[in-house]
Amino acid sequence: MTHSPGTMPEVVFQTRGLTKVYEMGEVRVHALRGIDLALYSGELVVLLGASGSGKSTLVNILGGLDTATDGEVFYQTQNLTLADDRALTEYRRHHVGFVFQFYNLIPSLTARENVAIVTEIARDPMTPEAALDLVGLGDRRDHFPAQLSGGQQQRVAIARAIAKQPSVLLCDEPTGALDSQTGIIVLEALERVNRELGATTVVITHNAVQAEMAQRVICLSDGRVTDIRRNTAIKAARDLTW
Amino acid sequence: MKAIDRKMVRDLWGMRGQALAIAFVFLSGVAAFVSMTSVMDALQRTLHAYYVDHRFADGFATVRRAPERLLAQIRETPGINSVQSRVAAGVNLTIPGFDEPVSGLIVSLPEGRQPDLNRLFVREGRLVAPGRENEVVLNEPFAEAHDLRPGDRITAILNGRYTPLQVVGIALSPEFLMQIQPGSLFPDPRRYGVMWMGRDALGAAFDMEGAFNDLAFTLAPGADPDAVIARLDALLQRYGGQGAYGRADHPSHFFITEEFRQLEQTATVLPLIFLAVAAFLLNIVVARLIALQREQIAVLKAFGYTNRDVGAHYAKLVLLIALLGAAGGTVLGHWMGAGLGNLYLEYYRFPFLHYSLPPAVVATAVGLTVAAALVGVLQAVRRAVRLPPAEAMRPAPPAVYRTTLVERLGLQRFFDPPTRMILRNFERRPLKAFLTILGISSSCAILIMGLFFGDSFDYVTRVQFGIAQRENLTVTFTEPTSTAALYELASLPGVLHAEPFRTVPVRLRHAHRSYQTAIEGITAAPYLRRPVDIDLQPLTVPPEGLVLTERLAQILGVQAGDEVLVEVQEGRRRTRAVPVAGLTRQFIGLAAYMDMAALNRLAGMGQALSGAYLMIDKDREADLTRTLTDRPRVAAIMSRERAIAAFRETTAKTMLTYTFILSLFAGVIAFGVVYNSARISLSERDRELASLRVLGLTRGEVAYILLGELAVLTLLAIPLGFLLGAGAGAAMVQAMQTDMYQLPFVLGRRTLALAAAVVLAAALVSALIINRRLNRLDLIGVLKTRA
Ligand SMILES: Nc1ncnc2c1ncn2[C@@H]1O[C@H](COP(=O)(O)OP(=O)(O)O)[C@@H](O)[C@H]1O
Ligand SMILES: [Mg+2]
Repeated sequence: MTHSPGTMPEVVFQTRGLTKVYEMGEVRVHALRGIDLALYSGELVVLLGASGSGKSTLVNILGGLDTATDGEVFYQTQNLTLADDRALTEYRRHHVGFVFQFYNLIPSLTARENVAIVTEIARDPMTPEAALDLVGLGDRRDHFPAQLSGGQQQRVAIARAIAKQPSVLLCDEPTGALDSQTGIIVLEALERVNRELGATTVVITHNAVQAEMAQRVICLSDGRVTDIRRNTAIKAARDLTW
Repeated sequence: MKAIDRKMVRDLWGMRGQALAIAFVFLSGVAAFVSMTSVMDALQRTLHAYYVDHRFADGFATVRRAPERLLAQIRETPGINSVQSRVAAGVNLTIPGFDEPVSGLIVSLPEGRQPDLNRLFVREGRLVAPGRENEVVLNEPFAEAHDLRPGDRITAILNGRYTPLQVVGIALSPEFLMQIQPGSLFPDPRRYGVMWMGRDALGAAFDMEGAFNDLAFTLAPGADPDAVIARLDALLQRYGGQGAYGRADHPSHFFITEEFRQLEQTATVLPLIFLAVAAFLLNIVVARLIALQREQIAVLKAFGYTNRDVGAHYAKLVLLIALLGAAGGTVLGHWMGAGLGNLYLEYYRFPFLHYSLPPAVVATAVGLTVAAALVGVLQAVRRAVRLPPAEAMRPAPPAVYRTTLVERLGLQRFFDPPTRMILRNFERRPLKAFLTILGISSSCAILIMGLFFGDSFDYVTRVQFGIAQRENLTVTFTEPTSTAALYELASLPGVLHAEPFRTVPVRLRHAHRSYQTAIEGITAAPYLRRPVDIDLQPLTVPPEGLVLTERLAQILGVQAGDEVLVEVQEGRRRTRAVPVAGLTRQFIGLAAYMDMAALNRLAGMGQALSGAYLMIDKDREADLTRTLTDRPRVAAIMSRERAIAAFRETTAKTMLTYTFILSLFAGVIAFGVVYNSARISLSERDRELASLRVLGLTRGEVAYILLGELAVLTLLAIPLGFLLGAGAGAAMVQAMQTDMYQLPFVLGRRTLALAAAVVLAAALVSALIINRRLNRLDLIGVLKTRA
């Protein structure tokens, strides 16, 4: 369900002059220094940048986990900058799926339960079983995280993120803790859910190779957008090597 | 079940050891609360029902001899509702097969029927049949102590005459829930008993035909008891009235309400300590759990769980622990309460005991538990709720350590690195260390609060009966007797020393205060009965003037040098001002001492004695008792030593059970605190400790770092516990000062040792359990996983 060229793509996120300053006692860290960008419905975007460039900060703000110091961010027509904690929670609950570098599964819950914990509060979720099938883990439903490999855990995390059928899927270095082979399996899973569910997908990485699977690549450096490019030849995840 | 609840259940299972230890603290507190409160409730209801059913009087009066026709006048007295006149007399008894002195109180029953007031509850047999002169009904404890049943025979010396009596019934009376011989301290049913005979027979024996010497009455609704008592006193004065008194001053009632009050106090204080400790433990355990689950909380929030959801999630976990404890505590408390109820039923010999578990008690227990649990974790859960989701994804910053005071003082060279780690850990979290110490010490304090009574009691008996009251037999005459009687007593075989005394019933007045008591006249240079001063040194009673016990002086508001007005309540009932010459320290009972000759002059009935204190040859006690019992003028023979021994004997088993249960409860606290602190330290520092093992430290050395910390806390907690227990004990003693007891606060070495031992044992058990975990420390795993 990628948008076909020619039709006007729907804007999902729009930021204007987005700024984030962390105050750490005397020190002020400028994590974001005025970000202006737009993300479109259904696209798969890779956010590329060195460590400390502000990628996580940006994605956290887009996902309603954090708030900006200055500037604006819109999700469709909703101004997230004005939203209070309750509204942000509501926003996350119904629209956003997260995938984290360290999977962050709940160790005391099985794969299926880790997904269920999200579907149980969602509006129109798929079943946990269906979500796990989608990432190829239908046969590991009743395993606890400790009984799964890192790659499998991350696929459970993806299943958890997409089970609510979110409109945006935000992945913060989803392969960061994995070897390349396992990483590719995880990227394949992301690729598949992006294709099949049509969720706007943002994948953070500092690995330039992974950018080749994106429709668009946004480069971040020192809190600023340095480059936005559209990939002309999109590679399948399985064809990546690093 | 929802996934998030499943998480909660599994989290709980994962910390089951700690959860159980905390649940047990809750359980102990709730069990203590439920059992004591429900028993209190049952006792109050039972007492009330018993009093109502058996028409326990509101007031009492004793006279020398008053004609029955006076009753009509008494009935007319404003404020009086109903009246029961009776004959009551002290008697000596001989019981087949029992050599020691036995005395008793015989009270008359109206011919062939129950009295209007203070009705009997007949346990066995029947009441005295009309006109039967030789029938007697025995109070149950006395009958049981001598294994007497209806049909058995005893002999009473009624006004000097041997009278064979046949037991026809065994009964209980609301008037004698506690039957304590006047002048004695404890119930001793083998040596003192209450019994009932027909009005005519008893009247004939004591020259009370058409007359009475004892009165019970009830008050009209809304009557002012003091006013009624004053009117009665005025009315009875001519007949040798010794002062009417209300129910509150009735010995049995007073004793029982006093015991209820103490029970109530314990029922409040003890559970509160448990709940406070449980709340503290939940606090540290949940704070640690939440710290460990920072990332899980963040994920839940990232996926749209609200702050409320997260707060509720942890609150549920906490409530599950607390309610588990409350449920167990309620069941155990109900069981203990029923057992305790039975114990009290036997002890007070209520005809019945309506023990039940009032729903309100359960509701209060659950409410208190929930409140304690929530208060305990409020701060920790709030931290979880406040945790910003993005923040939580980052690992917590490393704990901040500083050099300790010890190091700043340059003393570190005295400590090896592991000891320095221990010290730094204290300095980093002084509040937590302090609360841990406080928690452990409360266990110690509970034991001291529960057990110091024994020490105080030992001390009191040692002082009172070792220094002040050294007689081993007290003989009381039926009425003041000529001094020749003393020489008679002294010359009896087996009597080593005899010392006369004279008691005169009086009302003491000072300003607007007054107190009904008796003055005790003793010889100028006493050997047996020696009042002591505040340094516990025997003091000399001066030739003139009163020596008052401290409490009595306090009641009257007088000091040495002041004058009190003495209204003699016998003979010519004179009133004289007498100076207070000094004060005496006495732990049991109130007393006013005076030189015997001076007292006799005051009473104006010539030189006479009321009885004598004897020091006797124990080997000849049986013969002597028989001889004394035969004497017509001997009203009572009392062996205080035996009373104390009997009291100790009857309480020994209860004391042992009580000590055991209390130790168990206190142990639960100490274990709960030490175990949980250790588990948390272990969880906080497992990587650190594993690293040390990897670096080559032995298991013992690593154990020292973790357990050494706890050892220090435990050792600090014990003296603090002593202090807290002593403070609480002293406060309890203060709150329990009554006219009957003025117990001092005394702590014995054995109590201290037991308290320390219980804490150390509990700490040791937890250390052993923790040590097993320490030995299983996963060296590689711990280092591999991300913080
Ligand atoms: N909570 C925080 N407090 C202070 N500084 C922070 C915080 N989070 C991020 N930073 C800083 O902001 C900058 C951007 O961080 P981040 O968005 O995590 O970068 P990236 O994800 O690209 O590695 C870094 O310099 C980082 O140290
Ligand atoms: Mg990052």
